[in-house]
Amino acid sequence: MILYGVRRFINYLVLTLLATVVGYVLASLVLNPAARFYGRNPRPSDAAIESSLRRLGVDPHKPLLERTWDWMSGIFLHGTFGLENNLDPVGHDMLVRSGVSLQLLLIGSVLGAVLGVTLGVWGAVRQYQLSDQVVTYASYVVLSTPVFVIGVLLMILATSFNGWAGQQVIQFTGQYTPGLSGTWNVLADRLSHLLLPTIALAALGAAEYSRYQRNAMLDVLSADYIRTARSKGRTRNSAMIRHGVRVALIPMSTYFAYSFGTLIAGSTFLELIFSWHGMGELALTSITQNDVNATAGSVFYLSILVLISSTLAEVLYAALDPRVRI
Amino acid sequence: MTDAPLLEVRDLSVSFPQGADEVRAVRGISYTVDQGEFLGIVGESGSGKSVSSMAIMGLLPRNAVVTGDVLLRGESLLGRDDRELSRLRGKEIAMIFQDPLSALTPVYTVGDQIAEGLMLHDRALSQQAASVRAVELLRVVGIPAPERRVKAFPHEFSGGMRQRVMIAIAIANDPDLIIADEPTTALDVTIQAQILEVLQQAKEMTGAAVVLITHDLGVVAGNADRIAVMYAGRLVETGSVDDVFSRPEMPYTIGLLRSVPNLVTAGRTRLVPLEGRPPSLSDLPPGCPFEPRCPISVPECTTAEPPLLVLGGGHSAACIRAPEIESGALQASDVFPRPEPVSLGSEIGSEQEPVLTIEGLVRHFPLTTGMVFKKQIGTVKAVDGIDLQVRAGEVLGLVGESGCGKSTTILEVLEMTRPQAGSIRIAGRDVADLSRSDRLSLRKDVQIVFQDPMAALDPRLTVGDIIGEPLTVHGDSKMERRRRVAELLDLVGLEHSMSSRYPHEFSGGQRQRIGIARALATNPRLLVLDEPVSALDVSIQAGVMNLLEDLKARLRLSYLFVAHDLAVVRQIADTVAVMYLGRIVETGDVGEVFARPHHPYTQALMSAVPIPDPEAERSRERILLDGDLPSPTDEISGCNFHGRCPLYKILDPSRQQQCVTEDPRLRMIDTTSAACHHVEQNTLQPL
Repeated sequence: MILYGVRRFINYLVLTLLATVVGYVLASLVLNPAARFYGRNPRPSDAAIESSLRRLGVDPHKPLLERTWDWMSGIFLHGTFGLENNLDPVGHDMLVRSGVSLQLLLIGSVLGAVLGVTLGVWGAVRQYQLSDQVVTYASYVVLSTPVFVIGVLLMILATSFNGWAGQQVIQFTGQYTPGLSGTWNVLADRLSHLLLPTIALAALGAAEYSRYQRNAMLDVLSADYIRTARSKGRTRNSAMIRHGVRVALIPMSTYFAYSFGTLIAGSTFLELIFSWHGMGELALTSITQNDVNATAGSVFYLSILVLISSTLAEVLYAALDPRVRI
Repeated sequence: MTDAPLLEVRDLSVSFPQGADEVRAVRGISYTVDQGEFLGIVGESGSGKSVSSMAIMGLLPRNAVVTGDVLLRGESLLGRDDRELSRLRGKEIAMIFQDPLSALTPVYTVGDQIAEGLMLHDRALSQQAASVRAVELLRVVGIPAPERRVKAFPHEFSGGMRQRVMIAIAIANDPDLIIADEPTTALDVTIQAQILEVLQQAKEMTGAAVVLITHDLGVVAGNADRIAVMYAGRLVETGSVDDVFSRPEMPYTIGLLRSVPNLVTAGRTRLVPLEGRPPSLSDLPPGCPFEPRCPISVPECTTAEPPLLVLGGGHSAACIRAPEIESGALQASDVFPRPEPVSLGSEIGSEQEPVLTIEGLVRHFPLTTGMVFKKQIGTVKAVDGIDLQVRAGEVLGLVGESGCGKSTTILEVLEMTRPQAGSIRIAGRDVADLSRSDRLSLRKDVQIVFQDPMAALDPRLTVGDIIGEPLTVHGDSKMERRRRVAELLDLVGLEHSMSSRYPHEFSGGQRQRIGIARALATNPRLLVLDEPVSALDVSIQAGVMNLLEDLKARLRLSYLFVAHDLAVVRQIADTVAVMYLGRIVETGDVGEVFARPHHPYTQALMSAVPIPDPEAERSRERILLDGDLPSPTDEISGCNFHGRCPLYKILDPSRQQQCVTEDPRLRMIDTTSAACHHVEQNTLQPL
């Protein structure tokens, strides 16, 4: 079982490295780091531009293969990801920002998964009843609304709530209010800031997962072993929960891994809307600013997330389904 | 305790609303089951036998409308809520389901699943005590090494072993009533015999009454005290097993009994087909539902449905002419006369060259591990050196349990390429050195009919296109095709107008006729029939079997007939070959082999087949095989049957030694050949 997990992890690790290399190559081909100097007034001399590019390691005169090699060996030998345009090390920036992003991503996706599974099971058990229909329509509304619209809608609701309450109960700009003291105050402030983006992300996840979970559960409900469990003396509901949900979760574990990418994309928009300085923000700004190292670093971060979630999904699958354990 | 029967079903009806219509699956059935009684409910698919038992258990889907009453010891079960019923289920009434593959939850160990049933009804029971009891129950139902197997998952068990687990779950709480819904249908005959034995043991141990639901008359004949026959959602005949089998009074029962091939009598008389199909349950005619298929129907039959008439000796039948049948004015042979055989063409010409000759055929599959670097860790010896011969106009029956290599053998024949070892000659030509075009033209001579007629026909093609398709492959013109399709439809007893219709509009038996017509399109000399009737309802089987017999005689066809049902093989085959783990263990003239089987495996197979005759069943001494077919990857020294062999166990040690060390070859014994060292010492008595 552990061996199985390790094997899958190594498998994904190779893929992650490949994705990172491809990310760097693509960023180097598409982005033009010199472009940001052209608009300056006065325009710096070509020699000055070249020397700044050389410092960033994105010298266009060097062959691409060599630049990729340099950048990759930097990761392996020194643990660095090169410098950003403003000469900050990418690695350090990523460390700080990924802490911010993961806060949102982890809470949001776990909450979304739990909520989605629950709603899906509930909907399947009460197929075509009013509650099932309400959940179905609600999740399609969420799925068809762009995530930034959901974010903005939540902000509008929060504003009117704050107005009604007469004070800033719900905070929705940034991750925290600067200058607070006291552990409880800081914690409450953080949670208040987390509230809206987490709701948005969890809603997105829950809407998607509940559809899949409902289908998986419907397949299982008519299964013979549910009938067997009932013939042993379980009530309908207890048979469905103990024998049904457990089996219906098996295909979901794969789906959690695959849909994690969607959630990352969703959280990128949410970071921008709620002014969080996370990895999503870094990825977007680095592209608009032609920052090759930061873009490639973001790709690395994303592929690591996919690596972890895929391995977790595989381990979860093996834990849920004895038939794949070897 | 009152003197009420254990279970009483009163005027039970079940219907499923379907849009504006409703499917009336069960229509007012009444019966009782006494303490410790064994009731067999017999019926074809769609007769309502499973639905009625699910209604008793309260396990029907919520949209089912159930009326009437079900009483357990005089107390009504219908209308109780799920919670109350769940206290009875598993404790008072237990159930065994058909497909043991899907009936166990895949993610829990079998031990947990047995313990679950125990703990649900005894809250005070500890986890430990429950698992100790689970081990005990597994031992009772004959699972080897139960201490170890209790921790195994369902997928680690074979079908027969899973069904034993199901029985263990059912008897866990000492129920008073066990309902077994087709418990052996998905299993091989040898395993079926084992399971029925275990079920009988379970019944004796718990003293429970058993309701056995089945389509197989043979299964109930040997086990049940009383039987009830269902047709189109109604009980049409009930009575003691002897009465119903020896003096059936409802024409449907008479037809059913005469249509089933019987291992003892098969091959000597023609089967009696039961034409037509059961009515649609959503649109029933006002009269007797069997009237359209009934050969003795009178005008009154179409006006009202006959009630279940009580005749003498607790025997009842739902037929207005039942009194005539009872009094003997109408004989069973008058109701369903045996059809005349078509005049046979010339007899089998032994001087003629064989259509198919297989010599020393070998097909081994390597078993590999690793994804990139493959490493061979074993060999599956699917076919391990067999000789077969099919002469012109002859039927060779190939029998054996699933996994014995029957399918691989026919696939090798149809493949028409050089085998791994040995040779295949079709119509005198060695397939090893055929050119591409030769192979294509030789394919005309060998055609196949598949087991499942539904899956074997493309649902998007018309019947005419399906039957004509082989001809397009061989480049016949459109006109020619149309003429030939009409001819073929005629040949298999379907109407010309049917060629523009689609497969789903046909019944199972008609679909199999279409499959046969397609196979005949290229005028083949050899038909490979892969379990051609095993997916069909019993009443339909006889018609298809008779058709195959007629076609053989009229077209001078040869058949390679693969089946697991020995009675069916006995009915149609001229010679038979019994296969076990990739080898032929016995072969010879079908009459000889069935009358005097020499190999202990053949004897066990024959003894496992239930005979639809209660008297014969009761007087039989069964030869039961131990365990399952070994895994084909196992290396077995000597005779590969010795591990399960009933003869091996009674031999003296020196002879046993020979079985373990020496691989027996086929040798002539009287007029048949068998691969066994100790035929002369064989004292086992089959049948």
